[in-house]
Amino acid sequence: MADGAPLAVTPDRAPEESARFSLASAVQRREVWLSALALVAFLAGWEWGPPLLGIAPYNIPRLSAVFEEGVHMWVNGELLRHTLITCFEVIVGFGLGCLMGAVMGYVLGMSRLMEVVASPYILALQIAPKVAFAPLFVMWFGYNITPRILTAILIVFFPVLINVLTSVRSVDPSMIDLARLFKATRAQIFWKIEFPWSLPALFSGLRIGATLAVIGVTVAELVGGNVGLGAELAKAEGGANTAGVFVTIILLTVIGILAYVLVILAERAVLRYAPQRPAGDIAG
Amino acid sequence: MLRLSFKEVSRFFPPVRGRTGSEGVLAVEGVSIDIADGEVVALIGPSGCGKSTLLNLASGLDRPSQGEIFVDGEPVSGPNEHVAFMLQKDLLLPWRTIRKNVEFGQEIRRMDPAQREERAQKFLHRYHLDGFANHYPHELSGGMRQRAALARTMMMDPDVLLLDEPFSALDAQTKMVLQQDLAQTVAEEKKTAFLITHDLVEALALSDRVLVMSRRPGRIIEEIPVDIPGRDDPMRRRQHEKIGPMTARLMSLLDIGKVEQTV
Repeated sequence: MADGAPLAVTPDRAPEESARFSLASAVQRREVWLSALALVAFLAGWEWGPPLLGIAPYNIPRLSAVFEEGVHMWVNGELLRHTLITCFEVIVGFGLGCLMGAVMGYVLGMSRLMEVVASPYILALQIAPKVAFAPLFVMWFGYNITPRILTAILIVFFPVLINVLTSVRSVDPSMIDLARLFKATRAQIFWKIEFPWSLPALFSGLRIGATLAVIGVTVAELVGGNVGLGAELAKAEGGANTAGVFVTIILLTVIGILAYVLVILAERAVLRYAPQRPAGDIAG
Repeated sequence: MLRLSFKEVSRFFPPVRGRTGSEGVLAVEGVSIDIADGEVVALIGPSGCGKSTLLNLASGLDRPSQGEIFVDGEPVSGPNEHVAFMLQKDLLLPWRTIRKNVEFGQEIRRMDPAQREERAQKFLHRYHLDGFANHYPHELSGGMRQRAALARTMMMDPDVLLLDEPFSALDAQTKMVLQQDLAQTVAEEKKTAFLITHDLVEALALSDRVLVMSRRPGRIIEEIPVDIPGRDDPMRRRQHEKIGPMTARLMSLLDIGKVEQTV
C-alpha cells in the first residue's frame, strides 16, 4: 500500500523512458494479477480445504459457513451495534492515548529534569504487558466501556510518547540556533522548529498506536461486559460457535486496517512536504 | 565607525565532567579585530583553530571567557538584530516552502505579514528564485538552497553579515556564481561582512583584508590587505596577477605543503 512504486504512468515520454515505464507497468500488472490469483486461491482453500483435509467444522468452518453466520448475527443479533461500540472505543482510546502520549513526549523531551525523574517509571510501564491491566480496570469501573478505553489509552500511550521524546531530543541544534539568532521565544522555537521536526516521528507512533488500540479494546472486551465485538467473540466461544469467532476476528481486523489507513491518509495530508518516505518503517 | 570589534577575546571550553582525559580547550586567545563600516574581512586558518568560535561569539550565541565584543559600539550580550549568520549548512526548514523559509526570520520578529511577503518577493527575485517560491527545499539543488539561505539572511537587513564557510559545500562553478551574487549584494547595500573560509582564493577574491589565524589556541598572526580593485566582481578579481603570489604567501603562513593538512 505504502510502497513508493510509481502508480501513474504518463504516456507522452521520451521513447526509452516510456519503454522503461511500460516495462514497469507490465511488471505491475503481473503483480496485480498474481495478488488477485493468490486471494482467490486463499478463499477457495478456505471454502473447500477443510472438508478435503478432514478438518471438523467446529475447528475451521468453511468460508461460506462463516459468511452465513455473519449474516445471521447481523440480522438476529446486533452485530452492527457491537461493531460500532468497538469502533467508538477504539477511536476514543486511540485519540486520548495519542494526545496524552504526545503531550508527555514533548514535556519530557524539553525538560531534562522531568525525563530523569519520570524515566524509570516509564521504562517499567513500557515493559509491563499493558493488556494485563484490563482485568484491573474492569474491577475498578465495571462492565462498561470505560475499562476498554483505558486499556487502549494505556497501550497507545507509550509508542507515541517514546517516538515523540526521541525525535524532540534529536532536533538539529543548529536549527534551534538559527531561531535563537532571530531572537525566537521558547514558544516560537517549539511551534516553528521542534513541533514540525517531530511530526514524522509522531506519525510513526500513531501508526503503531492505531493497531495497538484495537488490541487493547479487544482484550478488555474479552475480560468482561456484553457489548462490543470482543464480548461477542467471548459469547461465540462459550457457545462453541467457531464461525461466530471468525466473524468477530474478521471485523476486528477490518477495524484495525481502517484505523491504520486513516492514520496514513492523515500523515500524507500533513507531511506533504516530505520526500518519499520508506515503506516499511512501521516499527518507527 | 566600527561595526564589529573583538577586544582581547578568549574562549575557554571547560572540561566535560565525568569524561576522562578531557582537559578543556582554549579555542581562541587574546583576539582583537576591528571591522569598519562597509568593510569585508576574511579569516583563514587551520582546521579547528577556533574560527567558528569567533563567529559564534560575534553572533551572541556564545559568550567569551575573557574580553568583549562590540557590534555598532554596543557590547554583545546575546543574539541581536544587527548581525545575521550564514553557515555552510543552508539550514532550510524542510517543512517550509522556499518562500516561507525566506520569511522565517521576519516571521519570528513578527513583521506585518503583507510587508513580509512583499519583502520576500523582492529577495526571491534578486536571488533568482522566483519560480521556486512554492517548492520545498528537498526539490532544489545545493546552489539554489544556499541562495535561499542567502535571501533569508538578507531579509533581516543586518548591519553585519557573519559568514561561516557559506560556499564550501558547493561545487566549484556554483560557488563562483554565488560568490558573485554575494559580493554584489554586499557592495550595493554597503554591508559589513566577516567571512570565514578554507578557500584561500575565495578569501582574496571577496575581501578587503585577510586575517590569518594560528593553530589552537587561535591567535591572529598576520593581516594582509587585499589591494586589488573590484571587490564587487570576484570573477574578475580571481584572474588578477596578484592573486597567485598572495595565495602563495597565505599558503606559507598556514604551513600548507610543509605539514600534512588534517582537514
